[in-house]
Amino acid sequence: MPRASRIAVATTPAPADVRVGVLALQGDFAEHLVALRALGADAVEVRTLDQLRTVDGLVIPGGESTTIARLLIAFDLLEPLRDLIAGGLPVWGTCAGAILLAKRVTNLDRPPLAVMDITVERNAFGRQVDSFEADLDIAGIEGGPLCAVFIRAPIIRRAGRGVDVLASLEDGTIVAAREGRLLATSFHPELTDDRRMHGLFLQMVAEAKAASAAPRPRARR
Amino acid sequence: MATTGTKNGSTRPARGAAPRVTSRPAAKAAPKAAPRAAVKAAPKVSSNGRTNGAHANGVAPRAGVRGTTATWTVKAGLAQMLKGGVIMDVVTAEQAEIAQEAGAVAVMALERVPADIRAAGGVARMSHVKKIKEIQAAVSIPVMAKARIGHFVEAQILEALGVDYIDESEVLTPADDQFHIDKNTFAVPYVCGCRNLGEALRRISEGAAMIRTKGEAGTGDIVEAVRHMRSLWSEIRRVQGMRDDELWTTAKDLQVPIDLLREVKRLGKLPVVNFSAGGVATPADAALMMQLGAEGVFVGSGIFKSAEDVTDKRRKLDQQRRMATAIVKAVTHFNDPMMLAAVSEEIPEEAMRGRSTATMPREELLAHRGS
Repeated sequence: MPRASRIAVATTPAPADVRVGVLALQGDFAEHLVALRALGADAVEVRTLDQLRTVDGLVIPGGESTTIARLLIAFDLLEPLRDLIAGGLPVWGTCAGAILLAKRVTNLDRPPLAVMDITVERNAFGRQVDSFEADLDIAGIEGGPLCAVFIRAPIIRRAGRGVDVLASLEDGTIVAAREGRLLATSFHPELTDDRRMHGLFLQMVAEAKAASAAPRPRARR
Repeated sequence: MATTGTKNGSTRPARGAAPRVTSRPAAKAAPKAAPRAAVKAAPKVSSNGRTNGAHANGVAPRAGVRGTTATWTVKAGLAQMLKGGVIMDVVTAEQAEIAQEAGAVAVMALERVPADIRAAGGVARMSHVKKIKEIQAAVSIPVMAKARIGHFVEAQILEALGVDYIDESEVLTPADDQFHIDKNTFAVPYVCGCRNLGEALRRISEGAAMIRTKGEAGTGDIVEAVRHMRSLWSEIRRVQGMRDDELWTTAKDLQVPIDLLREVKRLGKLPVVNFSAGGVATPADAALMMQLGAEGVFVGSGIFKSAEDVTDKRRKLDQQRRMATAIVKAVTHFNDPMMLAAVSEEIPEEAMRGRSTATMPREELLAHRGS
């Protein structure tokens, strides 16, 4: 790890210096690991509390949100994860992951983590035959639109005041949003070879890590 | 297709590399195409074979309102989302709810669980439409349903119902002993069974976007599932060790398209998600299949045929729920013996009684149907 190369205080860590976990209870976590590793990050599977505590950021992958939620509860990960998020852990949820992050989910009484100020509607486009791919411009992502894959995807019905909408479909449907260190996408960047969205999240993780190391520069002053 | 029982189809006559001959009426050539002029041609991200609008064998992506539907990416993509999960056979909405509650990633609707199909004999068909609708209404997870091999009208009906995946399944009585459904022409994705690499690639070339090894459904005996998973992987490893020029002969032997074989060599795995089916009755069985290389498991009779001797309905359902939950947990922690031990303690004492496949007459075996 080229830690020595980080001289300037303001420099955020390189991808290799951040450890990103991918929640591996169920879903397409393998694809996320491939994408993150391709960008040079130290990406690891997270199935246990011990593993969860070692990461600088977490991806909650696509999968079945009900299954992942049940398993988070069954393996006593839900509360610790919520605490870590409250403590500033950057988390990116894709599809099922976005549902898990949402404070409000239509047709669901108790959303599992309930940490992000968005209202999510599950299976909002219909059944599998309505799943689709579309070009999407995303705020903060350079180099033209990204091919977004929507599979039985949820949508973000409403985004709270502190939430930045990063991408919408032509009809205005919100499909990507960010609130502080939380990122939610309805679609699956991990299913394509386009790594830009993963790059954006790594940037978030690196910034968060740099910020948490902030007391040091303050002391120098 | 109860014709020959050869291991990899290499000696089968006249079966051809597949029912590319479509048995589908032209009338439904472009169903559901709700074309809107404004649809952009999505840039097809390529290279890893997963993401592309068009499958090598001609899936017909359709212009939808928001983007392109029925692409290979979205068909195979749903299976990606199911990985590390358990798909449970259910007959009723009540069972579907139990499955969802236990953490199933999807349910498979069928007329009777395989053990009951065996017991009842007769012809096993697609589930009743009313039942499928009840199940769809009862759960938010994906609903799959089985169609008979070659019965493309059952498949059309299932597609019309909005089923999320169709299983063209040997567990039902085959409707065609020559041809499988031309799955490429459907918008709904398919999962199909296989016993070996040849069968898997033939199904994929017909359009299957997910594979499951067949095992022997309704027996609670894991031996066939193990055999099929091992065959598949040993053939994949063999292909990986081949020179490119040797692939041609193997493609001929297996009666599969050379491109798919090249893809297998490149990836070191099937180009679609592969689950295990047919015989899983305990968490240990499920973890065994995962360690042997399954990306998830189908459980049929293993759940709703457990606790059979329990007469009190509430207690019985409770025990079945515990079995379902335990299998889900075992698939997540398939590589962690401590966790598996803990999970195995939670299951009811009486697993599915089962039937050893070794003592079954050949005509009772299902896996050789549709090769």
